[in-house]
Amino acid sequence: MAGSREFFYRRLHSLLGVIPIGIFLLQHLTVNHFATGGESSFNKAADFMANLPFRYVLEIVIIFLPILYHAIYGLYIAFTAKNNVSKFSFFRNWMFLLQRITGVITLIFIAWHVWETRLANAVYGTDVNFQMMHDILSSPFMFGFYLVGIISAIFHFSNGLWSFMVTWGITISPRSQVISTYVTMIIFLALSIVGVQTLFAFI
Amino acid sequence: MVETKTVKFIITRQDTPESAPYEEEFEVPYRPNMNVISALMEIRRNPVNRKGQATTPVTWDMNCLEEVCGACSMVINGKPRQACSALVDKLEQPIRLAPMKTFPVVRDLQIDRSRMFDSLKKVKAWIPIDGTYDLGPGPRMPETKRQWAYELSKCMTCGVCLEACPNVNSKSNFMGPAVFNQVRLFNAHPTGAMNKAERLNAFMEDGGLTGCGNSQNCVQSCPKGIPITTSIAAVNRDATLQSFKNFFGSDRD
Ligand code: SF4
Ligand code: FES
Repeated sequence: MAGSREFFYRRLHSLLGVIPIGIFLLQHLTVNHFATGGESSFNKAADFMANLPFRYVLEIVIIFLPILYHAIYGLYIAFTAKNNVSKFSFFRNWMFLLQRITGVITLIFIAWHVWETRLANAVYGTDVNFQMMHDILSSPFMFGFYLVGIISAIFHFSNGLWSFMVTWGITISPRSQVISTYVTMIIFLALSIVGVQTLFAFI
Repeated sequence: MVETKTVKFIITRQDTPESAPYEEEFEVPYRPNMNVISALMEIRRNPVNRKGQATTPVTWDMNCLEEVCGACSMVINGKPRQACSALVDKLEQPIRLAPMKTFPVVRDLQIDRSRMFDSLKKVKAWIPIDGTYDLGPGPRMPETKRQWAYELSKCMTCGVCLEACPNVNSKSNFMGPAVFNQVRLFNAHPTGAMNKAERLNAFMEDGGLTGCGNSQNCVQSCPKGIPITTSIAAVNRDATLQSFKNFFGSDRD
């Protein structure tokens, strides 16, 4: 079988977006939501995560490498499309465009976010806790940046679930694809509430 | 005095495959029930542009004149569709005609759709039954299946779905939405199913089914109303199973 690498790369990209990246996103949003219970509640949860056994292995294998692959291959996918919503302004075509835009925004956001809240800790030993997030988010600019970044990531995940189900051949009938549109948009709204609540809890 | 009614056209023209495109305006006398092709024929009969200058007749492609061959596809008022079924009465004027740029332009509105036929050859979109002796009658097909398979067989390789697809462009090698229907159609046929794995494996190669990004413009644009996105997901499922079979192994079929 000559040249079926593309199939493997693309399916891997699709799979990684949900497992483990999507699962990680859910976990990350949940743990951070402890912030709504106050400073000590958040710090306790963050400490628990930071002291998980095999932390580096988990971080590298479950988070870092999958995101890196998904991001690089995703950029390639995004830039091989020639978007045409002005001519074909159908709902799914807009979602197709938004999926690519939010992907790029999420990548920029994650790069900054990982540096600020993880790598800086590894390099300079800065403390990662409630106070740190409070300091970051007190700047209105950074608050806006986090708001856009988090909502983009959640949209990219939710709408990505929809296309994941088409890509793997789970939702075939038009009806199942319509219903999964509703379901994934409800997921988007619900997770957005969780994310935004958390953001406000820090300030 | 009765003013004669006319129809105005703005046509994107191109003299050779390599030369630069340009626009030329035409005004042809109106007749009831005109379609874009009959207007083009009028221009061919009297190749004079709107400024009154003699020009070369506009070139286009056509065959069936009843929206079943797909040859006359072009971009009409921004929308890719068949010129033979585009009624002048239903179009806003001036009517803008342009070639479907997803394909190489041969001349004016005439394009070369070879890439679509090449794709069909690649995925073996046929049923091999030729041989040296009579194979006898094939297996029967359930009526319900025949009904949906018939819908897929309506594809006329017109290229509209490729023109509408954001992932079919010069940066990608994606074969385009139409191929999904053909793979599904021939795999659904009881005799064709004997070569299902072969077809799927060919379509799983580079430029094949993974090029789809689910913009679903194709299903919205297909003039034959073919459920292309259903075919896409169905073929995706078959490909998923096929890839497991290829890797983990199973009896070859
Ligand atoms: S699937 Fe529809 S739009 Fe695409 S080539 Fe066939 S008939 Fe044309
Ligand atoms: S001439 Fe055959 S589709 Fe128009």
